[in-house]
Amino acid sequence: MSALLSVQNMSHYFGGLKAVSEFSFDVPEGVIYGLIGPNGSGKTTCFNLITGIYTPTQGKILFKGEEIQGNKPFRIVHKGIARTFQNLRIFNNLSVIDNIRVARHFTTRSGVFSTLLRLPSFKQEEEKVREEAMNLIQLMNLHSRATEMAKNLPYGELRRLEIARALATKPKLILLDEPAAGMNPKETEDLMRLIQRVRDEFKVTIFLIEHHMKFVTGICEKVKVIDFGTTIAEGRPEDVVKDPKVLEAYLGRKAVVC
Amino acid sequence: MDKLKSLKLLMAGLIFYLIVQILSAVGVLNGYFMVIINRSLVFVILAVSLNLINGVTGQFSLGHMGFAAVGAYASGSITTLIFKLSPHHPQDAVVFLIAIIVGGFFAALAGFLIGFPSLRLKGDYLAIVTLGFGEIIRTILNNIPAVGGPRGLLGIPKFSNFTVIFLFTLGTIILIRNLVQSSIGRTMISIRENELASELVGVDTTKYKVLGFVVGAFFAGIGGGLLAHLLQIAHPTQYGFYASALILIMVYVGGIGSLTGSIVAAFSLTFLTEGLRVGIDWLRDTVGIPIGTEWTMVIYAVLLILIMLYKTEGLMGMRESSILVIKEKQG
Ligand SMILES: Nc1ncnc2c1ncn2[C@@H]1O[C@H](COP(=O)(O)OP(=O)(O)OP(=O)(O)O)[C@@H](O)[C@H]1O
Ligand SMILES: [Mg+2]
Repeated sequence: MSALLSVQNMSHYFGGLKAVSEFSFDVPEGVIYGLIGPNGSGKTTCFNLITGIYTPTQGKILFKGEEIQGNKPFRIVHKGIARTFQNLRIFNNLSVIDNIRVARHFTTRSGVFSTLLRLPSFKQEEEKVREEAMNLIQLMNLHSRATEMAKNLPYGELRRLEIARALATKPKLILLDEPAAGMNPKETEDLMRLIQRVRDEFKVTIFLIEHHMKFVTGICEKVKVIDFGTTIAEGRPEDVVKDPKVLEAYLGRKAVVC
Repeated sequence: MDKLKSLKLLMAGLIFYLIVQILSAVGVLNGYFMVIINRSLVFVILAVSLNLINGVTGQFSLGHMGFAAVGAYASGSITTLIFKLSPHHPQDAVVFLIAIIVGGFFAALAGFLIGFPSLRLKGDYLAIVTLGFGEIIRTILNNIPAVGGPRGLLGIPKFSNFTVIFLFTLGTIILIRNLVQSSIGRTMISIRENELASELVGVDTTKYKVLGFVVGAFFAGIGGGLLAHLLQIAHPTQYGFYASALILIMVYVGGIGSLTGSIVAAFSLTFLTEGLRVGIDWLRDTVGIPIGTEWTMVIYAVLLILIMLYKTEGLMGMRESSILVIKEKQG
């Protein structure tokens, strides 16, 4: 079976800095795939390359068998890849429901004239989008916040809103950049359940970045560990955490010796 | 429900219209005041349309009056040079209305030609290009003898009156409100709020930036056409940076993204401008202090600085009067 996402020999330079070095990996359909590594090891850059923010200096990115590198980010979203951001990127002065509705816009057909004149076809479509957005809001347990300005939400809810917004594009693959960052253990636990539920209910493949080993071993079926832009281990999480190279990268040489 | 909400806006408009007509009929508002009110309404069109670009979509255009100039000269050429219309022939009014709309389309075309190349690039290219455009259009008009060159396009028939300008203003407010409070409008706001995130939820950001810009230019062209047929002249100096800056100040004083704010600010600042003009004339001619009208701009600069210091978000912030909000079903 071919992979949903296949990265082949991908490298990326920032000037002289090789942030990503010859990455090759496959993300099979339906899994929860984890990318882990110390600070500055190239994880976010990898996501930025897949979502078209940067074009890789070298290598290929195949999604559903089609090469996508070099496409503009919004076109990659249309093909079925959505993401969240390590440092939230919320539309602060839009309500919760409007944040989500923006992500449905590219699927709508109403043009400028039917919008200006509020023709019946336009109103029908608006209503459909509103209902779809409300369903997502319900699912993410943000119901009581629907018309609240996003900037007034607490951090944990903003993280969920960003996931809801990404899901609103109806992706096949969703990239989560440190979804548990800044969360307490209880919130992290809830988030793990939520991610599993999202995978099952939306039939989406999940590719996530995490720092916390517990999180990764808890929900990922497959992980890739990187350091300084290069892959140091790959496989099932329970095997990978025993890998001496991983221990070294994470705990430092001393810990391994002890 | 929807109809009811538009009804509220129409009622507010009707009340305003009737009050002005009655006050004018009983002589409280003389011809002088009617000119200022008409001018205020034109500036409502200009400010609301610039707000779509600078406030709603979050871009920075500095040459809005340039598009008004295109609309003024295009519609003025049609009514004055091509058809030689006269307000005394009722049937000519139809051609006038078409000429105003055509003027809007010419301005929209200019908007596209300027907006498309500069909005594709990241950064402040639009500000630089629109600043240049405002000056270039003035230079071009100065050098086309067919439209009067530096003398301006003279003898434009006086088709614009309070009723005509009022209806165009109300129409502009309704249409731009409909656009802002729609899927397209939310998409434009998302670009202002976070362009990268917008792109990464599937928005072709260039397309919607250009769209906002072109629609804004269209209505500026309408405003310019109405102004030309009110003042009966289109003159290159009317459309310089000074006038563009005035509209810009209206948008920021009113509050970026708030149509209500732009409407209130357009009225207040048009009256204030006239008041300052009268005051400065008095100081110069009666008191003998040698100052000119360029001092109004100094006062506006101070006003803008005060707003930036003490009320960053303008009079209205991003809020909208409930009259202008299209209410949606909840739940
Ligand atoms: N736009 C950029 N220009 C120059 N260097 C960059 C840029 N983005 C990232 N880098 C560098 O590339 C390397 C990888 O950064 P990246 O953000 O991908 O790391 P990360 O694994 O996501 O780290 P963290 O865990 O801190 O989020 C770092 O050295 C970083 O400084
Ligand atoms: Mg990162």
